[in-house]
Amino acid sequence: MAEEHLKTTLKALKDRFGLEDAPLMKYPPALVAESGQIVQVSQVLRDEFAYDFLCELTAVDYWPEESPRFHVIYGFYSHPHNVRLMLRVPVNGDNPSLPTLEGVYRGANWHERELWDMFGIHFDGHSDLRRILMPYDWEGHPLRKDYPLGYEEPQFTFNYDEIDKRKHHARYEEA
Amino acid sequence: MAEPLEVNYQELKHLVSERALQGDTVLLNMGPQHPSTHGVLRLLLELDGEVIINCIPDIGFLHTGIEKNMESKRWEMAEVMTDRTDYLNNTGNNLAYCLAIERLTDLDVPPRAQAVRVILVELERISNHLIWLGTHALDLAAMSVFLYCFRERESILDIKEMCSGQRMMTTYFRPGGLWRDIPADFEIAVRRFLRMFPERIKEYDALLKKNPIFMDRTRNIGKISAADAINLSLTGPVLRGSGVAYDLRKVQPYSGYEQYEFDIPTGTHGDVYDRYLVRMEEMRQSLRIIQQALDKLPYGAFRSNNRKYVPPPRSELGTSMEAVIHHFKLWTEGFNVPKGAVYQPVESPKGELGYYVESNGGNQPYRVHMRTCSFLNLQALPLMAKGHMVADLVGIIGSIDIVLGDCDR
Repeated sequence: MAEEHLKTTLKALKDRFGLEDAPLMKYPPALVAESGQIVQVSQVLRDEFAYDFLCELTAVDYWPEESPRFHVIYGFYSHPHNVRLMLRVPVNGDNPSLPTLEGVYRGANWHERELWDMFGIHFDGHSDLRRILMPYDWEGHPLRKDYPLGYEEPQFTFNYDEIDKRKHHARYEEA
Repeated sequence: MAEPLEVNYQELKHLVSERALQGDTVLLNMGPQHPSTHGVLRLLLELDGEVIINCIPDIGFLHTGIEKNMESKRWEMAEVMTDRTDYLNNTGNNLAYCLAIERLTDLDVPPRAQAVRVILVELERISNHLIWLGTHALDLAAMSVFLYCFRERESILDIKEMCSGQRMMTTYFRPGGLWRDIPADFEIAVRRFLRMFPERIKEYDALLKKNPIFMDRTRNIGKISAADAINLSLTGPVLRGSGVAYDLRKVQPYSGYEQYEFDIPTGTHGDVYDRYLVRMEEMRQSLRIIQQALDKLPYGAFRSNNRKYVPPPRSELGTSMEAVIHHFKLWTEGFNVPKGAVYQPVESPKGELGYYVESNGGNQPYRVHMRTCSFLNLQALPLMAKGHMVADLVGIIGSIDIVLGDCDR
């Protein structure tokens, strides 16, 4: 029953929006969406397929290895059908932005504030996009991979340039 | 030296009503050093007389960068950080993290380890609810409940200490099973607790359930409808108090919960009193689960035999070269987790605790995100508090059952 519902949802999303499977996700099944589609897709998920619950919203930073730097990950759960589904949205650039999901799931509010705080991902149309965990006058976004953990890496002759590059990147100006 | 910074109230303008800008209503700061905020929660209240018009939570005072820290530790070392998030549900956090790793690596967990995990997590649920009950009642001016609750909690902490050597930060569950087998008198201690505790729940109920002061201060306070609760991503007793029977132990069982018989209590009104009833009933159901798990506690291995992830027993080191190699590899380099990502939810006492864990194939987590229930449940506080008195706010915060360590991570 639940699996049937999941299959129809996945098929419908693939047909209608042209989404693709995300092989990285082991559980729950995930699709890759584009940033422009996310509001529409989640509206369809909520209204047509009864995914009424936003269970997870987070991001991963793949700097410097991969080119779409961030993946924003949305997790949906359906109370009537008891199934879980995830969407991965790649976004690029040092100052990325996404449309907010607040209009669909009010619970996205603090999730998105956390992402802005920790990753510097801007959510357009958000009602209250302030820092939530860090102090309001904090500079930088701590969960980015180019944000230092709090100590300085020792530079030796053999890796001086490599570490130096990273250091300068961490000091770039926030927009 | 930079100039001292002032809070820019212009930034908060959109959160308060028009009347606040004209000076008709009062802005009052509550916390962060306030005993009934259960930690360091700061609330900015907009008041008309004593009635709350707007409530703006300000969190993050306990943010310690646990997620960032975990990215620079090996898999098994990062587990130690998970205890420190929700410090009233240590084994529950360990469980979610271990289950996520086990799912990523397809690691098996022997039945004995699963049963012990269930027993300890359910004991932890009772201990968490005891703290909630004690502090919640204390906020509503019932002092004696607090003392009784901490007395019973002590015996649960003793059981945890017996198993792991630690009262709170146990890190007893490891990927693939347990750190070591349970001690011989574990079963006696748990059975003693099972005999003693049902009477104690009756005592708490006698003190509070029909207490007119308690009922006056909790009924029809902090109401939230089921639709609002789902839309705001609420989970746990707060959601079940509104009548939605969502419990991950039932709907998506893990660690062998499908073998045990238990009910999911739900409320009808979604107010503070219903959430109290739900949590009290949950304690009784936890006792049922512990009883069943203990009765059919299987014998056998307490951790997996997969030597790539689980260290070999000490006795093998003297006789097997392979064991020495595995031991050396695991204690120097740690284990590598195959590339992939999972979202693993478990039912913590406060709601759905989800771990999003991603590996790039190395011996450290690439990213760990905790979907913590305190963080998301607290989001509903402004909605629940609107239109109530300041004194009721204290009860509403208590009924959400937040731990700020869990909230701020």
